[in-house]
Amino acid sequence: MKKPNNTSLHEPAFHIVKRDTIPLGKAMLIRVAAVAAALLLCSVLSVLLINANPFEFIETLIDGAVGSARRLWKLAKDSAVLLCISLAVTPAFRMRFWNIGAEGQTLIGALAAVAVAFYLGGSLPNTVLLVLMLLAAVLAGAVWGCIPAIFKALWKTNETLFTLMMNYVATGLVSFFLVIWTPSGSSVLGALSVGHLPIVFHEYFLLIAITLILTFVVHIYLSRTKQGYEISVVGESENTARYIGIGVGKVIIRTMIVSGAICGLAGFLIVGALDHSITTTTVGGLGFTAIMASWLAKFNPIVMIGSSAFITFLDQGSAQISTNFNIDSSFPDMVVGIVLFFIIGCEFFISYRLKFRDSDQNAKKGGAGK
Amino acid sequence: MNMFLDYLLTAIPLGMTFLFGCTGEILTEKSGHLNLGIPGIMCMGGACGCLALHVMYGSALPPFLILILAVLAAFAGGVLMGMIYSFLTVSLKANQNVTGLAMTTFGVGTTKFIMSSLATEAMSYLYALDYFRFPFADSSTSLKYCGVLMYVAILIALAASFVLSRTKVGLHLRAVGENPATADAVGINVTLYKYVATGIGSGIAALGGLYYIMDYSGSYEAYKSIEALGWLAVALVIFTLWRPHISIIGSILFGMLYLAGSHLPTLLGIRLDMSATPLLQMLPYVVTIVVLIVTSVSKKRENQPPAALGLPYFREER
Repeated sequence: MKKPNNTSLHEPAFHIVKRDTIPLGKAMLIRVAAVAAALLLCSVLSVLLINANPFEFIETLIDGAVGSARRLWKLAKDSAVLLCISLAVTPAFRMRFWNIGAEGQTLIGALAAVAVAFYLGGSLPNTVLLVLMLLAAVLAGAVWGCIPAIFKALWKTNETLFTLMMNYVATGLVSFFLVIWTPSGSSVLGALSVGHLPIVFHEYFLLIAITLILTFVVHIYLSRTKQGYEISVVGESENTARYIGIGVGKVIIRTMIVSGAICGLAGFLIVGALDHSITTTTVGGLGFTAIMASWLAKFNPIVMIGSSAFITFLDQGSAQISTNFNIDSSFPDMVVGIVLFFIIGCEFFISYRLKFRDSDQNAKKGGAGK
Repeated sequence: MNMFLDYLLTAIPLGMTFLFGCTGEILTEKSGHLNLGIPGIMCMGGACGCLALHVMYGSALPPFLILILAVLAAFAGGVLMGMIYSFLTVSLKANQNVTGLAMTTFGVGTTKFIMSSLATEAMSYLYALDYFRFPFADSSTSLKYCGVLMYVAILIALAASFVLSRTKVGLHLRAVGENPATADAVGINVTLYKYVATGIGSGIAALGGLYYIMDYSGSYEAYKSIEALGWLAVALVIFTLWRPHISIIGSILFGMLYLAGSHLPTLLGIRLDMSATPLLQMLPYVVTIVVLIVTSVSKKRENQPPAALGLPYFREER
């Protein structure tokens, strides 16, 4: 569309070239720079909003996240829950199935676990009850994830929008059951006395341990098994997958069952180890945050330990800032949002590079030297 | 009959919140970008509008000017958010879903921040309520919710529909959303179209937030429910099959579905159990899922999403 006018050839100041590979160190450097820039912006903001100096900002951020043993445990716990849901969405993302319904799949898993404890609690020994809760949660999550997948596989129904809607259906079901379970009409379900996961070492230890084991299981599933390979092929190219005899529909449905089931497990862990109850906001947006954690880690389960810890770190640290400086509790969302914008933006410089007009001599006279 | 009218008169204004968001999102999606930041953008629109109203409090400006300036502030807030989104997804080719979700996190958080700091002031933005509800400001019935912005919403939707289906610009925009490479080849400035469509679309969506706070609900707490309404606006886009003029009807229907829990039982003269309310509130989402399935099964070409929806466009890649 840029036609040469008269004799002079118009050439843009730079054009964009896709990188083949980039050394890991350089990629990490770009990311660190992006995070640093984002935090700089946040601290400038904090100067404007709360009259704190930037050093105070960073200090409170770090102190709030890892300042004491209790905060460290809380950081580990919140990261583990986020990690668990991030692991759940990863298999689907690897095959480019945009499952943004983790929120609903986790919530429905939690609902199933609470339902089992609510109806069967007291009549069964705790171990049996816990196993039943786990099974119910995993099954419910799998069903919730499987429904959009079936339609995607059969009729290519848009999965992003479908899974998004399923979130709200799940929320509706939770408020429905809350009305049924609370005859007083308060819709607030008190903590269940049964179906608690046993406490080993520390309140949160079991939750964290289970999630870490799961991380390695998912990693091995994705990188070392035939099914994991099939997921990658479908993600790269559906046509290639079909050509080498992979049933694309089957892989989509199977992967979403896995994805939903892990979400269900996360729901079970939230109920069994932490909340012992349920509200419509039990998952509290983690289903969406998990998408970003998974994406930040480039869908690599091991790296995801870092990315989910990082997001939780920011969240918890900036929550401390809002407490210390007496500002609104929405401050963490702003900080996380800004940092995410920068990281999202910096990925461009990792996969592409700018080629400037003067930096490349041989492209100068040769017309459109692409 | 009176009760039905009452139902309709609350459902139509509520629906207009969806209509703003929906029209904005349709424009964005027509350029091939699925903007999941719409809920956040709508919130930001509300916050920016209220901030402007707060600043203008006590000034000697005539009411209509205050109104226009507030609307412009909301629009500008939306455009700004749209520009961040476009810069990341168009220029930096970032993943649209991730960017959109980050926009929502950021927008909802920032809005809460702004609104809660405004609420601590003794006098705040709600003084302008009368201006927004202009023709029926004195009415004590449901008519009072039918303020100026309601008509603006319908006009914008009709205009968007006209531009999309009857003008060259609309044709080009649709081409960009269907197949950017082809559009590029015939000399359409793909990047420009994407930026402008997303910017204007976000601006329109942002008006929805201001409308909801100042016109429909008129309370300090109103901003808290905008996010949920924003997701419904995204759902409405599918429901109306990417057609702004149908979305006028669709938004009213969604308004009615949304309020069904509180109005249907009295209207039909039946007593529903309390547990029915959450089920009725699920209706808009379930209906959207059904529409999504039906359109994908029927495979009618004019009912499909823009073909390049969600895909980044890089000219040098084939």
